[in-house]
Amino acid sequence: METLFIQIKTLLVNAAALVLPPWGVTLSSMIISALAILGLGPLIMMYLTLMERKVLARMQNRIGPNRAGPWGLLQPLADGIKMLTKEDIRPSAADPLLYFLAPILIAVPALMVFAVIPFGKGMTAADLNVGVLYFVALSSTTTLVIFMASWGSRNKYSVLGGMRSVSQMISYEVTLVISVVPILMAAGSLSTQTIVESQSGRWYAATPWGLLSCMIFFICGLAECNRSPFDLPEAESEIVAGYHTEYSGMRFALFYMAEFMNVFSICALTVTLFLGGWQGPLLPSWLWFLIKTYLLIFIVFWFRGTLPRLRADHLMGLAWKFLLPLAVMNIPAAAMSHFLSEPFSTAVPLAILMVSVAVLSFFNKGYAAEKRVYHFTD
Amino acid sequence: MIFGAGILKGMLVTLRSFVNSYFKKPDQGGLFTVEYPEKRLVAKERFRNFPFLVYDEKPEDPRCVACDICAKECPPKCITIVRDADAEGRPLKKPALFDIDLSVCMNCGICEEACPFDAIFMDHEFEIAGTERHQSLLYHKEDLLKSNGYFRQIRPSDAALIDARRKEAEDKKKAALKPAAPPEKKE
Repeated sequence: METLFIQIKTLLVNAAALVLPPWGVTLSSMIISALAILGLGPLIMMYLTLMERKVLARMQNRIGPNRAGPWGLLQPLADGIKMLTKEDIRPSAADPLLYFLAPILIAVPALMVFAVIPFGKGMTAADLNVGVLYFVALSSTTTLVIFMASWGSRNKYSVLGGMRSVSQMISYEVTLVISVVPILMAAGSLSTQTIVESQSGRWYAATPWGLLSCMIFFICGLAECNRSPFDLPEAESEIVAGYHTEYSGMRFALFYMAEFMNVFSICALTVTLFLGGWQGPLLPSWLWFLIKTYLLIFIVFWFRGTLPRLRADHLMGLAWKFLLPLAVMNIPAAAMSHFLSEPFSTAVPLAILMVSVAVLSFFNKGYAAEKRVYHFTD
Repeated sequence: MIFGAGILKGMLVTLRSFVNSYFKKPDQGGLFTVEYPEKRLVAKERFRNFPFLVYDEKPEDPRCVACDICAKECPPKCITIVRDADAEGRPLKKPALFDIDLSVCMNCGICEEACPFDAIFMDHEFEIAGTERHQSLLYHKEDLLKSNGYFRQIRPSDAALIDARRKEAEDKKKAALKPAAPPEKKE
């Protein structure tokens, strides 16, 4: 079970070696990995939509989709057929090229980031030595495409959504990158595979600086993929549907797909960087990875079922005035734990972080008007 | 107050209803959905929907005497009645035609209140959807006639009252028709 998928791939490559020249074998190995990811992405997305609807329904005391197939398992297929057969409308004032390209381009980075995610022991499609950098760089291009879509569809709500997306991304991207730095310092590498291997003794999330880093990374990741409570770019109660207001049918489905694949990849990367990746006892490594990732995805849906949307100024305030300084303070804390010996290597970072959280929450305290006291004349 | 305590409290609320939805009974905080086509709620006796006609013994003799009161009282005018006649053309006390257009009916129940012959009542039947707009919703006499037994079954307390009243009236009538019986003297 442990090497199930690796064995399947070896089998296929060996079969290819019988008929193909050596360069063809190398090429076919790449193509097999690429095809696996191309198939995996949409499959994950389809069932994430079902999972989200089920989880949200249960949180709201409803049953959720249960008509198509047992437990609604065929619901994603039914949705797909509906999306494909819907009329494809293009607004007459839309920019034809941008409007056409945006839904295609948005799925590209969402699929490409899967390449560096270690799904199991030796199951990284491309073990780049700059894996984390590659991930951050690619996932931030989504914003560009979102702005393309919003500008291309010539709709004021779309443009508002695009603007919000850009401003949100600029704020949270910085914090996201800085929150990863302690992990890179501790692991001494940008390769996702090496980072997972360096957590064999202790997960990074089990240290005070790692836990904080994990929380900041996760929150910023939510903001990156426009998930609730940071779903301002597609706030349906304020700006119709934000950047994909004018999209319908399969084009809309591509935006939806990219969003869910981003959720999956953000959760997968959080698991990789902080929660020990595929490391775990007894069960096969890829199963451990999937269990941890789906637990995090459950938390994402849980947030969606609980929290209302943030106000735009609160969103900015949270990023610049709270998370960013905290992420910066986290770097010296991680360095302390690296250079000090045991009792101090936990206590000193913990002290630094507790003080910074206290100071930051003191300065971030919002203005609350003094309670008025009314005096009545007798 | 700790930073973020309110968020944690809210998260606990949603988690609780998530877990309860799987493990608790409806009255203890679990799911209370009744999945309609497979399961259904027990209809309340006073639930009223579309009208139907009652017959006592056989459908050829309905209680309806074609008096046309319900058709006149009906606010959206969805009832059409044509009185039956015998071979010589004399009017009979029953309808030849009794149509209710259910696409027009507004379920008010005024026909039931207006009927002096206890012939028309509101039904519990509500699954009358059709694939066609006019003919499938135009109910004729044959579709509307249902037995008194059915009425007793869906609305037992109303049926008991009405049956008792009708029996009393019938007894009085019989007593009045009996010429041999000596008139009871009362002071």
